[in-house]
Amino acid sequence: MATERNGKEANQIGHKLYIISMLVEDRFGVLQRIAGVFSRRGFNMDTITVGKTHTPGVSRMTITTTGNEKIVEQMVKQLSKLVETLKVSVVNETESVVREIALVKVHSPDFVSRSEILNYAGIFRAKIVNVGKSSMIIEITGDYEKIDAFLDLIKPFGIKELVRTGLTAMMRE
Amino acid sequence: MKISGGKAVLEAVKREGIGHMFGFPGGAVLPFYDEIAAETGLVHILTRHEQGAGHAAEGYARASGKTGVCVSTSGPGGTNLTTPVADAFLDSIPILAITGQVVTDLIGNDAFQEADLFGIMMPITKHNFKVLDANELPHILKMAFKLTHTGRPGPVHIDLPKDVQSAIIDFNYPDDIVIPGYQPNLRGHPNQIKRAAEMLVNAERPLLLGGGGLISSSAHQEFTALAEMLACPAVTTLMAKGAMDENHPLHLGQPGMHGRQVANYAIQNADLILAVGCRFDDRITGKVQTFAPHAKIIHIDIDTAELGKNVAATLPIVGDARLVLQDLLAMLKKLNAKAADTEWKKRVHAIKEACNCNYAYEETPIRPERILYELGLCAPKNSIFVTEVGQHQMFAMHFIKVDGPRKYISSGGLGTMGFGLPAAIGAKAARPDATVIDISGDGSLLMVNQEMATAVESNLPVVITVFNNSWLGMVRQWQKMFFGKRYSGTHLGQSPDFVKLAEAYGGEGVRIEKPGEIKEGFERAFKANHLFLLEIDIDPEWDCLPMVPPGGSNSGMIPSKACTNVVKKMHEYKY
Repeated sequence: MATERNGKEANQIGHKLYIISMLVEDRFGVLQRIAGVFSRRGFNMDTITVGKTHTPGVSRMTITTTGNEKIVEQMVKQLSKLVETLKVSVVNETESVVREIALVKVHSPDFVSRSEILNYAGIFRAKIVNVGKSSMIIEITGDYEKIDAFLDLIKPFGIKELVRTGLTAMMRE
Repeated sequence: MKISGGKAVLEAVKREGIGHMFGFPGGAVLPFYDEIAAETGLVHILTRHEQGAGHAAEGYARASGKTGVCVSTSGPGGTNLTTPVADAFLDSIPILAITGQVVTDLIGNDAFQEADLFGIMMPITKHNFKVLDANELPHILKMAFKLTHTGRPGPVHIDLPKDVQSAIIDFNYPDDIVIPGYQPNLRGHPNQIKRAAEMLVNAERPLLLGGGGLISSSAHQEFTALAEMLACPAVTTLMAKGAMDENHPLHLGQPGMHGRQVANYAIQNADLILAVGCRFDDRITGKVQTFAPHAKIIHIDIDTAELGKNVAATLPIVGDARLVLQDLLAMLKKLNAKAADTEWKKRVHAIKEACNCNYAYEETPIRPERILYELGLCAPKNSIFVTEVGQHQMFAMHFIKVDGPRKYISSGGLGTMGFGLPAAIGAKAARPDATVIDISGDGSLLMVNQEMATAVESNLPVVITVFNNSWLGMVRQWQKMFFGKRYSGTHLGQSPDFVKLAEAYGGEGVRIEKPGEIKEGFERAFKANHLFLLEIDIDPEWDCLPMVPPGGSNSGMIPSKACTNVVKKMHEYKY
């Protein structure tokens, strides 16, 4: 149900990464209400993504947070209680497709580094979306573990900038 | 019907069957107040502070079960309303708070008297709205009222910009609306109810624990019927005081920090607790790890988020207290559940007998218990007791017996000093037939004493009983017991002459210094048909006991001197 994220974010004993997926009404103030459920208890949202769904007026929010089962159960109940949330569930990663996009600008001043990075990008099916004189921008899609693994590989070249969208998820049939 | 946004609010209030609203005007609610001036079907009561308006709306709601409505202007008016709104949130009281807001064009520009009330009220309301399009008002008003009193009741706030109040709209007030993200589950699951019935039948030492949900859902009869069917002892929290007639032989009073020894004994020794509409507040559980160590817990609540929040439930049931109890009673009948005369009930009864101490103290300065003793003897049958917050509140909870719901009104969750007088005024507006008695301390009353002007001017005569010890008594008691008697910031010293203060506001007052004078004072107060204040000088050294120390176990109450017998008995009868 929950995955330990390389032990990095699991800063408190027994705390794990949870992905909470919600359908919410598309209105001003909804995000503030949801954020309030977290901040009131001093919990951090690690990532949050929001976007429209195929139903007009309904948005999908995907939030990742670290906690234990009891905390997350209480959070889900509190989130469900909000009038503007329509559905709240904890994403079971083995039964879902979980994706994140990262854009990473890597230091690559010479031919050797560029070809080596290109090689890694090929293995990870990442795309080169921009090449400059001394750097290139790579787009990579995947679950966070894949992205973490890719970033670990290219780190020695020098990461100049990194943007991650945060996770989004969909249940399999 | 083409009317203004302001008028639309008034129409909605009337169609919801509400006769009063409490408020204080200002620049950003002028169009709304202009409509109030022309309104004949609704009484607006002008309080002397927005906090008073909010608590009065709470008192109105708590006494009547209807939604209380309070109004303020933007900025400071709205921020002054936050305390009563938070109070209503913690006690699940249905109120609608309407705040004026600067015109929509100016929102966000730091305009005069602008505050982000939508943002400020958000975490202390069940839900709130900022109306930017006046045409949405009928829908929003219906939704707001529906949210206040259905499901788990609570406060709802509407932020209403000035131009929205004056905009002319087509007013079609819906009879009902569907709120997609809000569908409270009213009926308990039949299998869970069956399991609960079986657990009750098989329990050796069952106990009923009722919370404020019994009052909100009017489940008092069902709760009593359940206790009687099983001859099962019952305790009710401060919020549920009166949900069972407190003179009933099976009723043990309130549990928790300042509750009765017998109530805490029953909790700590029961093997099954059926908890209805309560949220296991820390003032009830004491140290939660030591709460009810032998008991399985059946927890019935309409709010799923309460189940397992503070205390793990063996059997959670989501549903309305009244409907679930009805189903449970039917199921128990089917199982032929009978009242058994067990050892448990005998022991509880014996401890209850030992717990009935004589509290008609003769000492001068007067001890608070004596005031409540006299009040118990001479308060009219239709009295509503309202309290402020502090020692007097806990003494009153402990020593006053009420025989029905909505007769004891108190700020339970938030513990708001200054709640009582305005709440009493609101209760009197809702129930003009009742004698409304505000039980107050000198500290609490001074926070809201200006509302005496409201009581006099709006002809809502309430009786104020000031337990005057010149101290912030409860805080002082904690300093005395847990902070080495270092009395920091708790001595009030020279308070005003409360009798003269009542007179200055146009009421009547009397000072009482000896126990023998109390009865006559109350008799005069109950005969008077105007604001009447009794200033009763009490002993500042007399602590509110028994008490579970903060963070302590319910099994380890600090006893009062009167507890000697009951403590001995409890020790003997411990399981």
